[in-house]
Amino acid sequence: MLKDKDRIFQNLYNDSGADLESAKLRNDWSGTKDILEKGREWIINEVKGSELRGRGGAGFPTGLKWSFAPKEIGSRPHYLVINADESEPGTCKDRDILRFEPHKLIEGCLIASYAVNAHKCYIYIRGEYFNEGQKLQTAIDEAYKNKLIGENALDSGWDLDIYIHYGAGAYICGEETALLESLEGKKGQPRLKPPFPALIGLYGCPTIINNVETVAAVPTILKRGAKWFSSLGRPKNTGTKIYCISGNVNNPCNVEEEMGIPLKELIETHAGGVVGGWDNLKAVIPGGSSMPMLPKEICDNIKMDFDACVENKTGLGTAGIVVINNDQDIIKCMARIARFYKHESCGQCTPCREGSGWMWRMLERMAAGEATPDEVDMLFDVTKQIEGHTICAFGEGSSWPVQGLIRHFKDEILERNKFDPVVKKQKNIPYLVDQHLLEKENA
Amino acid sequence: MSIKKIHKDQPETFEFNEKSMEAANKIVSNYPDGRQQSAVMALLYIAQRQHDNWIPLKAIKYIAKFLDMPYIKVYEVATFYSMYNLSPVGKYFFQVCTTTPCMLRGAYDLVKVCKKKISEKENELSEDGKISWMEVECLGACVNAPMMQVNEDYYEDLNDKKLEEIIDTIYQNKIPKPGSYTGRINAEPVDNRKTLLGNKNA
Repeated sequence: MLKDKDRIFQNLYNDSGADLESAKLRNDWSGTKDILEKGREWIINEVKGSELRGRGGAGFPTGLKWSFAPKEIGSRPHYLVINADESEPGTCKDRDILRFEPHKLIEGCLIASYAVNAHKCYIYIRGEYFNEGQKLQTAIDEAYKNKLIGENALDSGWDLDIYIHYGAGAYICGEETALLESLEGKKGQPRLKPPFPALIGLYGCPTIINNVETVAAVPTILKRGAKWFSSLGRPKNTGTKIYCISGNVNNPCNVEEEMGIPLKELIETHAGGVVGGWDNLKAVIPGGSSMPMLPKEICDNIKMDFDACVENKTGLGTAGIVVINNDQDIIKCMARIARFYKHESCGQCTPCREGSGWMWRMLERMAAGEATPDEVDMLFDVTKQIEGHTICAFGEGSSWPVQGLIRHFKDEILERNKFDPVVKKQKNIPYLVDQHLLEKENA
Repeated sequence: MSIKKIHKDQPETFEFNEKSMEAANKIVSNYPDGRQQSAVMALLYIAQRQHDNWIPLKAIKYIAKFLDMPYIKVYEVATFYSMYNLSPVGKYFFQVCTTTPCMLRGAYDLVKVCKKKISEKENELSEDGKISWMEVECLGACVNAPMMQVNEDYYEDLNDKKLEEIIDTIYQNKIPKPGSYTGRINAEPVDNRKTLLGNKNA
């Protein structure tokens, strides 16, 4: 288990309060000016050296992303955008940072915007997190009052303004280009990439978009050194991560742990084990609902980091772990996730808009045992038609979990769905005029 | 009745009151000059709060003029995002999350209670006209499942009995306490906390 002193988010459980005074006791805003004085290059190299990967799901190296921003401010201003549109089912880590550790986020915003030459920072919070947004706003006001941000922030000569922008209940706005569209006051429909936002983003200006947890971790990394951060976990999968453990466990919780902690240890130690014991485990969704589920055999041994998850044909995603035990109907669970994607598809690309509805309807029938065995392969085919044929990663996000279900639980689906209207026994159905077309030799 | 359907009884006029106007001007100033369109989402929300929790067409027109945008662009935004109600909802608007993590912990029990105590169908007002409810997608508090949102507040760690109490409290004209109903103020593992104990006891 990670030592308490190595945890970045000391106030994850709100033991001491989110206000500036308590935050300063936790070492926030100490030595921030010295960090800025070391210069842009040093900050970006240090973040690169720490091998911090984005915590929003894709796991893109943060230092590398920052280095894409133009080195000098040209004719267009630069923007920093913080993605706090946390809507992935199973994930609720950013919420706790917004309400309990807002000063870590604001400090991170100052450092990040200095590193990428931005004078304006927008924090895009999902509309449902209204109260969390208010808490962050209180912290921003405190920071302005104490001259930590604003004009000549911390006497460093750098100006920074931070604004909150509320979303209004659209999952797709967590996709970075859809988020930019939404910030510009349009429907949240993703843009084609390239051009990438680092060059042409918000209002056509260079824009760097980071997740809340990524930015909030940066100040601690720079204060304690890249070496400290990269000594945790293993190469390319370094540092700590907030895991959200929900579903059929005895004590659902958020907990910050080292990258690469075994899944079993995480569930048994922190979440009080699976309801009904470890042997009652059916499957685990390791990284929010977009990532394929894993059956118990893999859960026994898998380690929770980016690369280990990819080796097992899934992904760490946002580390929202959803535990499903044997008391649940796994097909029904997946059908509900498919309904989520059907509801949230933005409707821009046909494969996703139509396909997500197809997958939902087929899965609902499979859960009820009304599908034919052939339809399982057809469903797999539908997922393949969506994957890779859409503008954004929503297509993958909606089809991968269905593929995961078919990969690991195909037998169970077939077991339940034996209905076949043209089996030999039921031949010569009088009302079926075109029956001859269904017979194999005439097909 | 769907809240995304335009309501058939529309008010004759809509204008921001003083409080809304102040808030709207402040938000428009957050964005660069000429980019006032960015404020459209916030303004729609302000209009919704001012107008009993739903947005009439006149408000969409008003905001289009306010921000110098084509009417259709504002209409597009109002119909795209799920938090804008284009038809009236209850004064207390229950949104029950039923996505998988909540479903695993009994969200459909909450739906049953809503059907029994509020109205048989979604988006229908209760008998006294105060409450309406609907199923929504993930609200991002999965560790505190099952949960629901009433207007702006989260009610977490619920079960059917606790929800019945909440509904009864509202029927008695009182506002129930938001937050978790198992006593936690955060997302810690109840009775099983093994981390940051030094901070807890400090």
